[in-house]
Amino acid sequence: MAPETLQPRADSALPEQAMAPQPWRIHSVRPDVASNEVFSWTLYPEPGVEPGPPPAPGQFNMLYLFGVGEVPISVSAITADGGIVHTTRAVGSVTRTMQDLGPGAVVGLRGPFGTAWPVEQARGRDLVLVAGGIGLAPLRPVIHAALERRDDFGHVVICYGARSPGDMIFRDELEAWGARDDLDLRITVDRGTAAWRGDVGVVTQLIDRGGFDRRNTLAMTCGPEVMMRFAAASLERRGLKPEDIFVSMERNMRCAVGFCGHCQIGSQFVCRDGPVFPYPVMEPAFRIREL
Amino acid sequence: MAVPRGSPEAQESFVEVIAPQAVDTLIRLLAGDGYEVVGPTRRDGAIVYDRVHGLDDLPAGWTDEHAPGHYRLRERDDAALFGYVVGPHSWKKYLFPPEETLFRLTRQPDGSFVTEPGESDVPPRAFIGMRACELAAIEVQDRVFLGQAVQDRGYAARRQDVFMVAAHCAEPGGTCFCASMDTGPRAREGFDLALTEVVDGGQHFLVAEAGTEAGRAMLERLEPRAATDAERAAAERVWAEAPKMMGRQMPGDAREVLNQAFEHPRWGETAERCLSCSNCTLVCPTCFCSQVEEVPDLEGQRTERVRRWDSCFNQEHSHLVGGAHRDSVAARYRQWITHKLATWHDQFGTSGCVGCGRCITWCPVGIDITEEVTAVRRDPEGRA
Repeated sequence: MAPETLQPRADSALPEQAMAPQPWRIHSVRPDVASNEVFSWTLYPEPGVEPGPPPAPGQFNMLYLFGVGEVPISVSAITADGGIVHTTRAVGSVTRTMQDLGPGAVVGLRGPFGTAWPVEQARGRDLVLVAGGIGLAPLRPVIHAALERRDDFGHVVICYGARSPGDMIFRDELEAWGARDDLDLRITVDRGTAAWRGDVGVVTQLIDRGGFDRRNTLAMTCGPEVMMRFAAASLERRGLKPEDIFVSMERNMRCAVGFCGHCQIGSQFVCRDGPVFPYPVMEPAFRIREL
Repeated sequence: MAVPRGSPEAQESFVEVIAPQAVDTLIRLLAGDGYEVVGPTRRDGAIVYDRVHGLDDLPAGWTDEHAPGHYRLRERDDAALFGYVVGPHSWKKYLFPPEETLFRLTRQPDGSFVTEPGESDVPPRAFIGMRACELAAIEVQDRVFLGQAVQDRGYAARRQDVFMVAAHCAEPGGTCFCASMDTGPRAREGFDLALTEVVDGGQHFLVAEAGTEAGRAMLERLEPRAATDAERAAAERVWAEAPKMMGRQMPGDAREVLNQAFEHPRWGETAERCLSCSNCTLVCPTCFCSQVEEVPDLEGQRTERVRRWDSCFNQEHSHLVGGAHRDSVAARYRQWITHKLATWHDQFGTSGCVGCGRCITWCPVGIDITEEVTAVRRDPEGRA
């Protein structure tokens, strides 16, 4: 007997080939740290490829290497002419192979997937972004959006924590953002160097300096889970409501569409219901080990 | 003529009977109509699902004993065709195969590649002898593979044309608890044709009900006759007695119990017995976790994306930079049981458990999902 559930969900926005990697060519590669451990690719679709909808800030794509495998990588920027920038840290077998590819190479891409940062919800309010390490990458499209329509937002505070000055990514942009007087960029490192004149210590101390309206602020945080947990606690102490805080989660992912079961956190599929979650949805999960 | 299911006609006056030999006719007619007919057969000391070509392939006269960590075939003293409970296989292996090539990709001279779908030309299949719990399990997997924003193409293609012949469970086994999950033992819907086998006092016949137009048309070709009052009464006795034979029971508030028990010490205790072998997830008719492997050829010009069943009991399942997120067996067991009975409701609007009991029977150390819930329920704070 034929099933009666053959209708997609009403909010379906994904193309029919959401499962099939489409060929995209690497236009340029940019090392984001001196060691090239973190690097950004700008990708364009090959002729004949129908790109999906433009990725919203916070969404991710599945990037695929022919003969190697597939990994979820968040979008760190989109270009005016339809290019998509992905920033990757080489830590696994697929991402280490990605490190060796140069301009002209063709990789597979499917997406975009997942939920987005609530940029529109931040309109008319102060915006606090708290990033740890490569967690700055999924937040960068929010910064770009805020700078594009700077008058739509109140104070924009960026709190960025890196392991060391050499581990900071997007250094040119950080310098440019730091030079602006309409952006409050705060940076701290876990370990300084002889030349480092900035802050040393955890990122929460940057939040504790305030500089935003506790009654009218939206906060977004991305980084290690322990960092997001303490960042959210600091923001709450500063008077933010939990529902005004958003976090971005990471889990093992194979399919990106809710089939493979790997990315579950309790009842949530990170690929489908996340990666961006309202903090109250994730708060209980932060407290349960190995959930 | 189509008889609406649940109508007084279907229940009372229009009971039809076929002889055991008509099941042979059924298999041959379905094969003649182009179906690949699969059903129960006896192999390797178990009732398994495989191709069947006629009545001789069915496990006539055999039954199976079920207990935690225990499964044995035993000869019956009659010739019942469907006189067993369920074996280790479920129909999942046909709709969501253990291994499936999702895509074949070929390198192009310019460095690009072409992506083609992996499988095609799936034969329409007929499933013979489906239990109520198994029909319920397919409805659960439908929600996973067909009810989300993206549908699984392969599942949809294989699912679309299945002709489903249910065999209502007459003798549930020692690890069965479908009655407490409200999924059986009598199949209510989802089938094209449903059979109730009666082997009683020297008589052997099957009461047949059609669930769809296609099922009705097929039943007509089997030339059924109207049941006598005695035959109808015998079938009704089967329906009435079967629920009483459940070896186990799931507490009705399992979801609420588990939602409060994520930090319960029971999971650590169960993990001392659990081998993390993944048998429970492999025999489960609803478990859907999978991984995708890249299978390139030696020349690097062609490669395949091959999907295989995975299990939340495998450490790799939760692999992240820095190691497995669910490193302990306790965390993996908790993930499985809380997903199955609690968070599945949030995700798909149904329990992930249909009460078939396979995870209990096929657990090498006999961990019992109903006993786990009962233990946590008895001691919600974990004080004992």
